[in-house]
Amino acid sequence: MSPYSSRVITAAEVGVDLDGVTVLDGVSLDVIPGEVLCLVGPNGAGKSTLLAVLSGERRPTRGTVAIGGRELGGIRHTELARLRSVLTQENSVSFPFRVSEVVAMGRAPWARTLEGRDDVRAVTEAMDATDIRHLATRRYTALSGGERARVSLARVLAQRAGTVFLDEPTASLDLRHQEDVMRIARGLAAEGRAVVVVVHDLSLASAYADRLALVAGGRLEAIGSPAEVLTEERIERVYGLPVELHLVGGRPVVVPTRGT
Amino acid sequence: MAAAGAVRTRAVVLSTSLGVLLVVGVVASAMLGQLAVSPAEVVGSVLRAVGIPNSWAPTDPIVESTLWVVRFPRIAMALTVGAALAVAGAVMQAIFGNPLAEPGVVGVSSGSALGAAIAIVLGVTAFGTGSLAIFAFLGGLGATLLVYFVSRANGRTEVVTLLLTGIAINAFAGAGLAFMLFVADSGSREQIVFWQLGSLNGSRWSEVVIVAVVGVIGTAIAVLLGKRYDLLALGERNARHLGVDVEHLRVGSIVLVALLTGVAVAFVGIIAFVGLVVPHVIRMAIGPSHRPLIVASAFGGGALLVFADLLARSVVPGADLPIGLLTSLVGGPFFFFLLFRQRRQSGGWA
Repeated sequence: MSPYSSRVITAAEVGVDLDGVTVLDGVSLDVIPGEVLCLVGPNGAGKSTLLAVLSGERRPTRGTVAIGGRELGGIRHTELARLRSVLTQENSVSFPFRVSEVVAMGRAPWARTLEGRDDVRAVTEAMDATDIRHLATRRYTALSGGERARVSLARVLAQRAGTVFLDEPTASLDLRHQEDVMRIARGLAAEGRAVVVVVHDLSLASAYADRLALVAGGRLEAIGSPAEVLTEERIERVYGLPVELHLVGGRPVVVPTRGT
Repeated sequence: MAAAGAVRTRAVVLSTSLGVLLVVGVVASAMLGQLAVSPAEVVGSVLRAVGIPNSWAPTDPIVESTLWVVRFPRIAMALTVGAALAVAGAVMQAIFGNPLAEPGVVGVSSGSALGAAIAIVLGVTAFGTGSLAIFAFLGGLGATLLVYFVSRANGRTEVVTLLLTGIAINAFAGAGLAFMLFVADSGSREQIVFWQLGSLNGSRWSEVVIVAVVGVIGTAIAVLLGKRYDLLALGERNARHLGVDVEHLRVGSIVLVALLTGVAVAFVGIIAFVGLVVPHVIRMAIGPSHRPLIVASAFGGGALLVFADLLARSVVPGADLPIGLLTSLVGGPFFFFLLFRQRRQSGGWA
């Protein structure tokens, strides 16, 4: 029995207006522990806004978001930081902290709690999982883009929250590290955590997600298993690009139809 | 972890050397001057004051009064002002996410000086000795808020914007000071000129106490907030996701910077670059982690000003150079160096 099972995040009829423009509307979905939920969709579809709303960073203009029945807006910063962690696309650090120090910052929400005893182990495990152990004493500011992305991911893992939000975690990574990140996401779900990942690569999402949520034009176009959500007709309509689907290991792989 | 251990070792080495430097500076500063005092007399006098009778203590009442009325308050003022300014610099850099932020450079000091000048010209004495400090604090607070809201974008401050804002505020406060000079009578005028140059000459115990109280409390608060400043280095959003109440932290820190700068400027005038040079050197030695950085900066700032003041009153025999002149003489080129290094690293003036 995982300690997180009462931590379902429920979004009900959520809408967000920015400067009078509706960027998200009528979205309802559950974020379920033990599951990897991938948010996919074209640029500007509202994926990041949806992630911000689900993680409690942005208050929805309409509708509610609650975790285990409690509205996110009413939860204090520190407590929220123990319930969920967020990997943003913001990867710069103002001062030359060492990699191990940056990862250890993920433990900040647990200071002065019983879980604080696990700090060292949480940091070490997070660094092993993201393959950055060899960078431990390096200055963060001297790292490459891909290395920084992995260090940030390690920091988020070290936070050991029940729900983990990853906003385009694969963006600056090479093929192998992309797969590593998605395997880590699967591992987190296997531990009983809920994982929400924004991904652009439909095939990658399809290979690792329990459920896909396809967001388009600020609305939830479809949600369900990769095979249910990814159809040639739907992708062509949403992305405006004809595609072919191939099944690999029972999961769809999306290939744009290219002229010969 | 090995890295953490190494950092701790370096922090211990650094604090020990700073401590030694500090004691040497204090004793040397007490010895030198028109009336030469031997190191034994200095130590003896201090020991006697804390209730330990000894044979080293000076028997000449002139020596005793030189030490306790002139030199010791001046040294104590150098220590506390140096500490306050260095801590203010470290805090400012933390909330601006920019290692070039400094009370003098961005205009907080001149804002404070303007506040103090207004108090002098208007002859405000409503709050006793603290009147100047309160006006200096208000001036500094106004300047800090202005810089903060004008120069920040997306949770960070670009160097160019920061410096341009600083230029604007320094220019405005400079004009204000000039106007105060214009309308002031000759007595106030002399006092204002003294502010602009910065000097520890004529420090009194009653003033030292005010700076010390604010300095100690301010430093303690900054140390308590140290962990949060570390998280702020990850950017505002990431800090918030880690449970930091960024808005309150920012506002509280701005008040803290204005307090520390204002109280320092009120009694000794503008001493620029201490808040830039000290945290920077310390960061190079022990890394950017804010708790050790702030503690070490307090000691480093104190030591720096004790030596700078020693230099200011002994480099030209019989004359007392303004200490602000000295720190700017060293700080200016250092600032240049940092600017060029940052430009090279980021490939532009970002």
